[in-house]
Amino acid sequence: MSAPHVEDPTLHVSNEDPNSASNLIGNLYKRLRQGDSGMVPVVVGLLLLVTYFQIRNAAFLSSGNLVNLFVQATIFILLGMAEIWVLLLGEIDLSIGITSVLGGAVAVILVDPQFHVSWFFALPAGILVVTLIGALYGMVVVRLNVPSFIVTLAGFLAFQGVLIYVVDSQGTGGTIPVHEKVLYNLVYGNLTPLWTWILAIAGVAIMCYRIIKRDMNRRASGLVTEPLAYVITKVVLLIAVGVILAKIFDANRGTFIELRGMPFAIPIDIGVLVIGTFILTRTKAGRYINAIGGNSEAVRRAGVRVNRYRLLAFVLTGVTGGIGGLLYVSQLNGVNDGPPSTLTLYAIAAAVIGGTSLFGGRGKMIHAVVGGLIIATIYNGMALLSMSASTQYVVTGVVLLAAVTVDSVARRNSASR
Amino acid sequence: MDTTPESPNLPTSPQGPSEQSGSGVAPSSVPLLSLRGVSKNFGPVQAIQGVNLDIPDGQVTALIGDNGAGKSVLIKTISGIWPPSEGKIFWKGEEIHEHSPRSATALGIATVYQDLALCDNLDIVQNMYLGREETKFGTLDEIKMELATNQLLKDLSVSTVKSVRQLVASLSGGQRQAIAVARAVMRDSRLVILDEPTAALGVSQTRQVLELIRTLSSRGIAVLVISHNLNDVFSVADRIAVMHLGSLVSNGPISDYDTNSAVELITTGQSSRVPTTLAPSS
Repeated sequence: MSAPHVEDPTLHVSNEDPNSASNLIGNLYKRLRQGDSGMVPVVVGLLLLVTYFQIRNAAFLSSGNLVNLFVQATIFILLGMAEIWVLLLGEIDLSIGITSVLGGAVAVILVDPQFHVSWFFALPAGILVVTLIGALYGMVVVRLNVPSFIVTLAGFLAFQGVLIYVVDSQGTGGTIPVHEKVLYNLVYGNLTPLWTWILAIAGVAIMCYRIIKRDMNRRASGLVTEPLAYVITKVVLLIAVGVILAKIFDANRGTFIELRGMPFAIPIDIGVLVIGTFILTRTKAGRYINAIGGNSEAVRRAGVRVNRYRLLAFVLTGVTGGIGGLLYVSQLNGVNDGPPSTLTLYAIAAAVIGGTSLFGGRGKMIHAVVGGLIIATIYNGMALLSMSASTQYVVTGVVLLAAVTVDSVARRNSASR
Repeated sequence: MDTTPESPNLPTSPQGPSEQSGSGVAPSSVPLLSLRGVSKNFGPVQAIQGVNLDIPDGQVTALIGDNGAGKSVLIKTISGIWPPSEGKIFWKGEEIHEHSPRSATALGIATVYQDLALCDNLDIVQNMYLGREETKFGTLDEIKMELATNQLLKDLSVSTVKSVRQLVASLSGGQRQAIAVARAVMRDSRLVILDEPTAALGVSQTRQVLELIRTLSSRGIAVLVISHNLNDVFSVADRIAVMHLGSLVSNGPISDYDTNSAVELITTGQSSRVPTTLAPSS
């Protein structure tokens, strides 16, 4: 993730033994040259942004602001991950920013004092609404062969109307506040410091175990493995990131009262990331969703029921977006009938900045995490520097363009080699 | 996997325009696949007519002919995409009644079309196992698939691929062809049909693909290869089948032909030196 970004051309030498640690940097450089740069450029970009904001305002890297930033990022990350399911197919969902809020609105209305439905049913109901909309899109795209761009654009308009109707029908003047504790706490509730540490340690331990186990299994089967130095680097980095995050979340960030611990939104994000990554990399469904984006005719000829998996991707977009919608209304502490038109675009931007292709076949859930963090960093940092909303939009646009340009230039270089 | 040793002089059933049927012939001489009087028309257009062809086990049969001669229609008929309008298809001497891509695959007929049907964004292992992934506890068993892929590529003497974990997008044309063929072999195919496998390949890549074709036939797999390149045909094929204007005008062991007679057959449908199988009436 933070492997060095080396530009020294002399390192581009033959790599007879891919296992030797000395070739680590050479291999990395070669991969960069071949456009298989992974996430190195984006992470470097994120670090540059962070450095810039920290220099301009020392409060940027304070624990309070970082937690705030992570919470802001969770929405972009979740909606970005939702978008990645369909982007992998080469499809797009232009309405996720509206449908997810609609799901959130349904949850808010259900837990409202008027209905008093338990959060236990209301939150899944909100997710279900978005899931059903996703399934509807999927059916239209798959069965009627309408381009998803058009279907979801139509959905963007139509569900915006539905959202206004649903919110206004409550007769609360176009805004419904959240009174229910669980929904409120999704973003504003915190784990206790102890649980923060337990979660961080358990998470890091499980990931390290998986990395080491995978390496050992491959070694035992006599397969080519990553250089040992690489594996060790990964494990060390993971532990470092885990400790730093736990420390950040654990520091007191309250001004009047003590405020510590990880907001619930973070483990929710991580949970969705883990499950999404698992589906994409470890199951047949994930393999087929990837493959369809690469060459759907080849997948069809391999005997796979392509349409089933295309539909599944739309449904998964709905599920993930539904969770994002809940966090959105929790963070907003309610829902209003003036839906944010930029939310969808930020979701797509988060995925694409992170490295997911708009044309299908290339994308990982982690892309939305890095992309979402970049957008939140700009958003948060600009606000900290008291820059105007206009500047923030321009900068986000430039970053999006830069990220995609770097990616496509790297790709073109690899094609011309 | 069938591993019948290579036997170039394997006795083959008599060739000819007769109504020689695959059934009832002694097992040793039953060809793997027999076409008898196979015709295919699309409305008024007669794409192929009255094709009689035997494809024996463990041999490379080259299907040659000019553009529009009906080669593609013939292989698509064999692979079940277009059922024949007339005529019979026999598999190991038994007539096939319902012929579809699915049933063809079930019999062991694998077709590698020119587009190869590979996913560029997946690696070699993922492509090899696309649609038939090995799983363990419901999750993909990557190690098993990778080991099997390594083994298969080794068996087929495909040695130019550095790592089976590289993306197919990074492979050369010959390597891609090799992967597509290996995938066909992995599915326990008895007959592998290759559509122009060496088109658009360079010299050394072509040599690799031809070697792979020879490896297949030495493993007892029947290979039907369409090619425009007569050099390739004469270097790899055991048998030749020539199509001209929708008819199979000649077929037999490669030793009966030379480049000149093959060119004559391709362009005119006749040759002064090789007996043609085309009935004079057509």
